[in-house]
Amino acid sequence: MADNKRIDEKTGISTVGHEWDGIEELDTPMPRWWLWTFYATILFAIAYCVAYPAWPMLSGATRGMLGWSSHGDLQRELAAERDRRAPVMRALAATPIERLPENPKLLAAAIEGGRAVFKVHCAACHGAGAAGGRGYPNLNDDDWLWGGDLATLQQTVVHGIRQPDDDATRVSQMPSFGRDQILKPAEIEDVVSYVRLASKQEPASASARRGAAVFANNCAVCHGDNARGNRKFGAPNLTDRIWLYGGDRASLVDTVTNAHGGIMPAWGKQLDPVTIKMVAAYVHSLGGGEGNPPAPQVATAPVAAPPR
Amino acid sequence: MEDDILLRSGGWFLIAVVAIFAAAAAADTAFAIHMGIAAAAAILTAFVSLRGISLLQTRSAVARAQERYDDEVIRWGVIATVFWGVVGFLVGIVIAAQLSFPLLNLPTEYTTFGRLRPLHTSAVIFAFGGNALIATSFYVVQRTCRARLALPGLARFVFWGYQLFIVLAATGYILGVTEGREYAEPEWYVDLWLTIVWVAYLAVFAGTILKRSEPHIYVANWFYLGFILTVAMLHIVNNLSLPVSWVGSKSYSLFSGVQDALTQWWYGHNAVGFFLTAGFLGMMYYFVPKQAERPIYSYRLSILHFWSLIFLYIWAGPHHLHYTALPDWAQTLGMVFSVMLWMPSWGGMINGLMTLNGAWDKVRTDPIIRLMVFALAFYGMSTFEGPMMSVKSVNSLSHYTNWTIGHVHSGALGWNGMITFAAIYYMTPRLWGRTRLYSLRMVNWHFWCATLGIVLYASSMWVAGITQGLMWREYGDDGYLVYSFAEVVQAMHPYYVIRVGGGLLYFIGALFMVWNVWMTIAGKLREEVPMTGTPFDPARDHPLPARAPAAE
Repeated sequence: MADNKRIDEKTGISTVGHEWDGIEELDTPMPRWWLWTFYATILFAIAYCVAYPAWPMLSGATRGMLGWSSHGDLQRELAAERDRRAPVMRALAATPIERLPENPKLLAAAIEGGRAVFKVHCAACHGAGAAGGRGYPNLNDDDWLWGGDLATLQQTVVHGIRQPDDDATRVSQMPSFGRDQILKPAEIEDVVSYVRLASKQEPASASARRGAAVFANNCAVCHGDNARGNRKFGAPNLTDRIWLYGGDRASLVDTVTNAHGGIMPAWGKQLDPVTIKMVAAYVHSLGGGEGNPPAPQVATAPVAAPPR
Repeated sequence: MEDDILLRSGGWFLIAVVAIFAAAAAADTAFAIHMGIAAAAAILTAFVSLRGISLLQTRSAVARAQERYDDEVIRWGVIATVFWGVVGFLVGIVIAAQLSFPLLNLPTEYTTFGRLRPLHTSAVIFAFGGNALIATSFYVVQRTCRARLALPGLARFVFWGYQLFIVLAATGYILGVTEGREYAEPEWYVDLWLTIVWVAYLAVFAGTILKRSEPHIYVANWFYLGFILTVAMLHIVNNLSLPVSWVGSKSYSLFSGVQDALTQWWYGHNAVGFFLTAGFLGMMYYFVPKQAERPIYSYRLSILHFWSLIFLYIWAGPHHLHYTALPDWAQTLGMVFSVMLWMPSWGGMINGLMTLNGAWDKVRTDPIIRLMVFALAFYGMSTFEGPMMSVKSVNSLSHYTNWTIGHVHSGALGWNGMITFAAIYYMTPRLWGRTRLYSLRMVNWHFWCATLGIVLYASSMWVAGITQGLMWREYGDDGYLVYSFAEVVQAMHPYYVIRVGGGLLYFIGALFMVWNVWMTIAGKLREEVPMTGTPFDPARDHPLPARAPAAE
């Protein structure tokens, strides 16, 4: 085909002499910068393969002159971080949670750690801002089902709520008054009227008056004569405007008919005691944290973090 | 001749009967629906074949046809490309909107992001891109070989068989049938069908090259052939699987664990390398010099960059699995082969752009050249970005973020989309024998909509991706993560909304194309101030054996 070669007028470069459907090709040399960059990347590749694990052998692979491995790298980074945090972790491990407020620096470190723990383990239910949602308590307020001092919060995190197979978990079960035919539908409507009166959502009515009697006979044993709840059973205060499953009539009727009973995992099975201490301190710091109770009561809520 | 037709129709009826039996015995609804579609397609094909008897051509008509290229199937291909392009872009906008406003998932499983996402990727890559590749490869191989398609009947089977593959794949996604392998979601029976179609494609393409009347094989055909051969290999190996039932739509991969992941990404990366790069480079190597009316910049460069691209690409897949269970040595190889791939990829950009030497003024005056130049520019950008992202330290930031999405779309919208639009605008008037496109001005509108769309899309995803990567790895002074996952998701919202806007612009551009192609086929010419077009001499557009070679 050499006989078809010609010089391209516009570039002054010879064609190769081939032609397809009018397309010709110039015999331009490869751009030097292109070629040298290509060689440079090849040299880089060779050097990289010498330095890092690269070639598969019969068993294993070449390890590279730097002795680097991704597992080793990770272990080193984790170890460095562990060492850096060690003093704080040791101090946290040695300090009972109710005594954290005595050491503001340590408390601040615990809260920071707890914030990260919360985002990973708790935010899925309680929300990134801990504002909760239907069925998941808001942790920013001071309305606690089971108690809001440091030791109590820790106890709740370690053992969870209604966690099967945990002897120390917090357990209570409201009866399903409607489903199990303990109350008649009319009685349920009445008791809901009473609860809505107690929470100042409805004015007094005949229904509420009838409901007061139903409440006294069926509900007061847990929720208290004044409907202000009882932390011993995790029974909510029904006189405030804070509702776990909704405070409108339909929601309340549903709750009385088919009782709810949310489950929170016992994090003691998954997280170490220090991590739990940190997240409890964080939740305590959100705004609703309560002071330590008088000494005797602490003894009834022993910290029972499982051995690790 | 008549016996042949009867035999063929009978064969299709037989296939239809088998499909009907399979539908009746199906283990699940989706399989039954798919066999129903297959049966309907086979019956339709049988009747169309029978109709051929009444259309039997006279000897002279056959001889006259031999003087022209076999363009019928390419005309269908152009229409299919435009059609599937619009469908694919539209679904893309829908899923982008779903990411911005999750409510749009609608309360039914058929319209959730999880099912529509593969519909989008398959529609744009395999339906839009695949049809563009099949159509242009048939167009280019005939003209650069100066020969009619070998096995023209089989070529028609390739086209229609491929459409059936698309329909089966797409309906499968909606019905929840998936292998869960990215870009290889269709189940085993659809894979088998595609294998048959693809081998037929290889036969038609290679057969045409074999009967060429040019002494040499043009570089575009090297790329097309590399693409067809490698995709066949990738498709078969990655889809090796065992069906749970021979009449059911579920199968399990032959590989497991990290081997399965590596096989998938060996496939996945080379789907990009050979489908979206090599194949489209084939397209570029024909349409750019034709439209610019200039010789290819460098023959030597085309040889070296072809072979280095083909050799290096196939090893680069492991860079999709950096910092995973994949052994370190495999990650290293994936990275260094990707880095070495930078210049071989750029060889194509240089050869494309520098072909405009002596015709640079056309960038100003010819909107089709403008599409091509931008396609090559985006090709260059994303083939630099790719090797960069494969470097492990960069990858540790970019992996799993929207940066990857931005990278893919600057390549897909910029390179694959723009070069395909250019090829469609080049071929349409020539395939339908029109003097010119309905409107070159409209091509310009398309160009600007698409360009603005890509800029919005890519830049929003780059910013989103880097933000995302940095937020994920943001540690406070105490050594704890600062952001929760949901907070990072929330931070993405404005970028997701901008992306929807970019997608809409790109889509509007494509609507201009639909109108333009439609009116061109209808034979209309828009009255407008003329722009530079490339003259076309139909007298020269024919296979060689029919006449003596013109003075060349």
